[in-house]
Amino acid sequence: MCLAVPGRVLSVEDQDGTTMAQVDFGGLRKEVCLAYIPDVQIGEYVIVHVGFAIQRLDEKSALDTLANFEKLGILEEEFGDGFALAAKQAGEPR
Amino acid sequence: MKYLDEFSDPVLAGKLVEQIHAVTTQPWSMMEVCGGQTHSIIRHGIDQLLPEGVEMIHGPGCPVCVTPLEIIDKALAIAQQPGVIFCSFGDMLRVPGSSEDLFSIKSAGGDVRVVYSPLDALKLARENPDRQVVFFGIGFETTAPANAMTVYQAKKQGIPNFSLLVSHVLVPPAMAAIMDSPKCRVQAFLAAGHVCSVMGTSEYPALTEKYKVPIVVTGFEPLDILEGIRRTVIQLESGRHELENAYSRAVTAEGNLPAMAMLRDVFEVTDRTWRGIGMIPQSGWKLSERYAEYDAEARFSVTDIHTDESALCRSGEVLQGLIKPHECAAFGKECTPRKPLGATMVSSEGACAAYYTYRRLDHLELSETRLVDSR
Repeated sequence: MCLAVPGRVLSVEDQDGTTMAQVDFGGLRKEVCLAYIPDVQIGEYVIVHVGFAIQRLDEKSALDTLANFEKLGILEEEFGDGFALAAKQAGEPR
Repeated sequence: MKYLDEFSDPVLAGKLVEQIHAVTTQPWSMMEVCGGQTHSIIRHGIDQLLPEGVEMIHGPGCPVCVTPLEIIDKALAIAQQPGVIFCSFGDMLRVPGSSEDLFSIKSAGGDVRVVYSPLDALKLARENPDRQVVFFGIGFETTAPANAMTVYQAKKQGIPNFSLLVSHVLVPPAMAAIMDSPKCRVQAFLAAGHVCSVMGTSEYPALTEKYKVPIVVTGFEPLDILEGIRRTVIQLESGRHELENAYSRAVTAEGNLPAMAMLRDVFEVTDRTWRGIGMIPQSGWKLSERYAEYDAEARFSVTDIHTDESALCRSGEVLQGLIKPHECAAFGKECTPRKPLGATMVSSEGACAAYYTYRRLDHLELSETRLVDSR
């Protein structure tokens, strides 16, 4: 629940007065709110929890963590289909 | 050392384990507060790499597990109302209320949607002005800034058909409650890394001082956890009780200031009931007066439904670290991830689910051995 995944900021734009960014998580792109790390630059890494950047991260740590998460299947758990996952846990084919 | 080859850096993992063994001269019990760390510890067998007598007590840091039954029932009541789009994180879908769960309400035709971010729920509200969109705002300090920003945006953008069902809980008061319990065996804490990414570490020196326990801020990956344990054992062995940050790449002492400012604006501290534990004073957040109109509980006037937890389920004792999951008679029998009696068997961060998934065979063998012994 408190998992946060490192991602690289690809682009930044203002939406209704809020800083939003396209962030790449090892090949998967998500829209992320940067309001809490306002001075982040394109190309920097941030750790993201439920669509919000909560801290910066250096590139090496970010890449190491992403590789670990990829190997452990954590990225799929974080970004996959919630209903499919719940159905699988409940042992129901869907 | 069967687990070491599964670490991202087995050599480093081996060195950390060796150092922990080298400094340990007596038994110690430490609690990892965070459910994500519990999952990682059991999954990678970290507790089995530790010296004899160094015990990991699994704490209540799984927000899915500690969300009270009453709130789950309120969520279910709201989700069944016509015209409502009920949005939640995926891990709340199968948490049992008193009679059903969100998953079954969805199956029965309710409009329940899983979103990645609360902002996705706000977007749904904007796109569906004739529907009431409710987001199930659970979580610790890590998740609260996202929910706070979403309510702030709803107000700022004038989106009246959005509301939040809030059940936020706070880590430091829970740590204090654990230490105040007469049955407490905790001698040190691994503190939850991403909670500290948001809140910083200023709340912990008071705890280290009052309870004379080391607190080491720790990350989620197996190597981070081993390093956290190593530093904790060193403190315990040298009789120190200090705050240490073993996760400095993601945690600063002051925390995330803009996020904390937003939390102060949108929420105010309140007493919260923790499932399986009971009421902990000043241990959660509710919406502040300024944002009261976005409170789903008030908007839908959901009545309190008081129900008893399953008499068989001992998740409360598990959440307080008083028993290990397999010490519950229902574990793996009446209670499995497929048919959970309590929330600790639902969430992948619940201790019971982690033990079931990664230790089931060990314990079945263990119980068979006991059976043979007792004959």
